[in-house]
Parts: sequence; structure tokens; C-alpha cells
Amino acid sequence: MKVLAAVKRVVDYNVRVRVRADGSGVDTANTRMAMNPFDETAIEEAVRLREAGTASEVVAVTVGDAGSEEVLRTALAFGADRALRVESDAPLEPLAVSKALAAVADREQPDLVLMGKQAIDDDSNQVGQMLACHLGWAQATFACAVTPADDELHVVREVDGGQRTVAVALPAVVTTELELNEPRYIKLPSIMKAKKQAIERLGLAEIAVDGSPRLELLGVSEPPPREAGEQVDSAAALVDRLKNEAQVI
Amino acid sequence: MGVLVFAEHDGAAVTEATRRAVSAASALGAPVDAVVAGGDEAEDVAASLAGTGVGRAWLCQGAPYADQLPEPLAERLVALVRAEGYEAVVAATSTQARDLLPRVAAGLDVQMLTDVTAIEDTETFVRPNYTGSVLARLRCREAVQVLTVRATNFAPPAADGTSPAVARLEPGTDPGLSRLLEVQRTDSSRPELASARVVVAGGRGVADVGVGELEALADRLGAAIGASRGAVEAGLLPNDAQVGLTAKVVAPDLYIAAGISGSIYHVSGMKDSGVIVAINKDPEAPIFDVADYGLVADLREALPQLLEALEPS
Repeated sequence: MKVLAAVKRVVDYNVRVRVRADGSGVDTANTRMAMNPFDETAIEEAVRLREAGTASEVVAVTVGDAGSEEVLRTALAFGADRALRVESDAPLEPLAVSKALAAVADREQPDLVLMGKQAIDDDSNQVGQMLACHLGWAQATFACAVTPADDELHVVREVDGGQRTVAVALPAVVTTELELNEPRYIKLPSIMKAKKQAIERLGLAEIAVDGSPRLELLGVSEPPPREAGEQVDSAAALVDRLKNEAQVI
Repeated sequence: MGVLVFAEHDGAAVTEATRRAVSAASALGAPVDAVVAGGDEAEDVAASLAGTGVGRAWLCQGAPYADQLPEPLAERLVALVRAEGYEAVVAATSTQARDLLPRVAAGLDVQMLTDVTAIEDTETFVRPNYTGSVLARLRCREAVQVLTVRATNFAPPAADGTSPAVARLEPGTDPGLSRLLEVQRTDSSRPELASARVVVAGGRGVADVGVGELEALADRLGAAIGASRGAVEAGLLPNDAQVGLTAKVVAPDLYIAAGISGSIYHVSGMKDSGVIVAINKDPEAPIFDVADYGLVADLREALPQLLEALEPS
């Protein structure tokens, strides 16, 4: 089995993002960046499948600018065999990313594509499902357990109110929850080795993907801050406020 | 012409979130229809749309639809949208809608909008980025607008005397890509965390008093139980109760944070709640910065006192 793991470079989850003064977007200059946490789970699962002998090759792919090769290095340090970047200096919308990944899948012919359920920057939660649609493949989103079974995969999905287990025919797209695994701690020698590995590059034009945005961003803002709260001095006073002032109980 | 709402249901009636999605859909300025996927129960579900203003309810019945599998369902919805010329597809944000609608949008070759929190006019939408730290205003002029909407941000539809006309959809071909093996519902008498009106969440501080006290408070308030990452790591509360940036993101009417310090990670997952209550023995805990009501107290005293104060006098 060949596995394609899609990863995205995002603002580190510990960083509080700031809106640019003109409201045109989020200021990411000089901000600590990292691999999207859900994608770490995906690349970890891909490498585990290879270590278990289920997968024969793991290819990491990202769509982004030159700086995003940093997360491909991380993927190589996790244990990916190869890494590939679809070049786009401008951030792409999920639909365009899914088309770029579909073109990569056409060239690489993986049996399984793994990626995080969503990226923690735009929180769209769309790319995996869109990719599965373009390819005409099965999809299993929000995976918290993945078990190979003959020529299909059994995937336990985290859904509202419980779990749903599905069998998906291969090839398939699986998007991951953090509960799927605990990503390994990457050791320095792996990082050093990853620095020397080649990264393949593909232009958007080469794969005939139109990256122009479909939506018009009118502006971004920070939500209004919550008004200063009140300190109450007893549980009884709290219940009184909740009943009579806030009227929520 | 018109807006199609994907009507999610519990096997008997549409969810409250779906009713609110109908009211969000009506803000798009076109007649609203709905589609119900399921087996025999779909007819009852369609009937539960009475009074919401939905004009027509499509029944999408048959084996793959009854199991709510996304591949055949998305394909059928794409065909329906094309055949009827719908200008928008709307569903309440849920795991099912988040699974299904992107596949529908890709089939229609349109860029969709996830988790819309406000509809300013028929083509201007607000949605959160960075777990709600940033709000983006977007104009969508796609041939078909595909949206999931955050139900708690929209009022339920004003009841009217309407009853939807029911129409059956011819089943499409089943691509046979996936099969449902098992459904496991979280065994809980409490409401579901993601849609609960009240959430009682515990942090590491709960270790002082025991989970039982927290559960008693939740049951007294008819609340779902949430947890901080600390409480999960300490083994006090289950992982699926975790509220936070990469875990569950909730926005109940009332959120009670007990013994939770209030890391950015946790606050990202609950700061859109209506009323936030913080109870913590550390007066410097950052959770107090986002709380509407703060009580500096030891949980060992505060929780029993809260329960006592809640008893009807």
C-alpha cells in the first residue's frame, strides 16, 4: 500500500494571532509556525502503517509557499520516504487545495490519502472530503482508529453523540482526529537527516489547477472582547445572579 | 430557484439545530425546501418540519441513504441541486454536515463556507477562523452557495401554519464505496456536549473534590460535562469531554468552569458561550478574564454549596 499524507503549515497553536491593523488579514510575519496538529497525527499514522508492513511507501505533500517546506522536513523527520510541494505563493482556498491534491494523487497513485480533519488556521474542514469527491473515492472523516482489513479499511469515526465504524474500499481518503495516535517525539538525528533530503516541486500550472479565489475576503476582525465580569462572594450569590440577572437557569 | 436545507434528524424528528438552519436559510431570500435522508422514518422526520416554513420536503430513501453514507448521499444531493436549480445548500454545523457538505460543494465545483455565524445579506457571511479568535467577512457569489451554519447563532423559526409538501426522490446509483459496520452512541443520560444548553466543565481542580460532585451539579442543571485538557490528562474525565482548540468547540447558553485555570487552548473552545462562570481557588487564574461571574473558592466547599443553593426553596 502506498500512502500519501497531506500536511499544512499553520500558525503554532500556542500563538495568539493578531489581526493586521487594516483588517485585511491575520499578521503571520515573524510568527511561530508549525505543522497543523491534526496533520501530525496523519503523518504519524502513515509512518506507523509502513512500520507495521501495511504500507510500502509514505509520500508527504503540502500545498504552499517555499516556507511551507519546513513542515515537509518535519514529515521527513517523522519518517516519510519522500516529500513533495505544490508551489503556491498565495494561500489557496480548500477547493483549489483539493484539486491540487487530486492532481498529485493522479500522478502518485496512492491507495490511501491521510490528512488532518481540519487545519487550525481557517478551520474549514473541507479538503479531505472534496479530494475524495474529485477522485471518486470513499471517505472516512474524523478517524480515531484505522484498521486494515483485506482490501479495505475499517475506520472508527468520532461523530456527534458517539462513534460510527465504517468499512471503506481502497483507495480512500481518511481524515484524522487527535485521538488516532500520539505523534512520536522527533529526535535530532532524524531532523538532521531530513534537512539533507530532496523535496520535489510541482507548479500549479504544471497540474492545471486554477488557484484564483472564489470567495472575496471583505475583511477580518477580532470578536468584541467580553465585558469585565463580576466577582461574587458566595455560591448562593452566584445562583442568584444566574437566576435573576443572567436568567440562564 | 430556492434554498435546500439538509435536514439532519435523530430517527424521529429533525434536530433543533436543523430547525435553526431553516431559519438561517430563509435569510438568503428564497423559498426554503429540505431534504431528509433515511429509511422508513424519513416520512415522520419530514412531518416534523411542519411550522418551520419549509415548502417542500424531499425524501431520499433507500439502503445507502438510510445508513447516512456520505458518498451516495453527496452524489444524490448534487443531482437534486442541479435538477431543481437550487441556489444554496444549507445545513447546521455538525459532524454529519461537516462530512457531507464539502463533498457536495466539490461535486458542484463551488467553494463552500464552514460554520457561518452571521448572514449579513444574501451574499455576505461571517465565519470564525483560528477557533473564533478572528472573524472573517466573506462575499460568496458562487453559482450555488454551500454553507454550514452554527445553529446556536440563529433563532428557531417563528412557528407558522405551514406543512411541507412531501416528494420522493428516485434513488441514485450506489457507488458502493463504503459500508456502515457499527454505530456506538455515548451511553449518557446527559445532553450531548456539542449542542447542550448548559455545560459544566471540570479541570485539574476537580481532583480535590471528586468527579461525583461535578456530575451531581451537571445533573441538577441538565448539563453536559466538559473537561479541560488537564482534567483529561489527569484521568479525571474522558477524552471525548475535552473542550479546547483542537477538541470540542462549544457555545452553550451557560458554561460553568470548575477548577479550570483557563489556558488559551481551553478558552478557544468555549469563549463564545453565552454566560461564563468561573470557580477557582486561585484568584489570578486567567479563566476569570473571560468569566461573566467569578467565584474565588475551593471546589470542596463551592460545589456542595452550589448544589444546596440550587435546591428549590
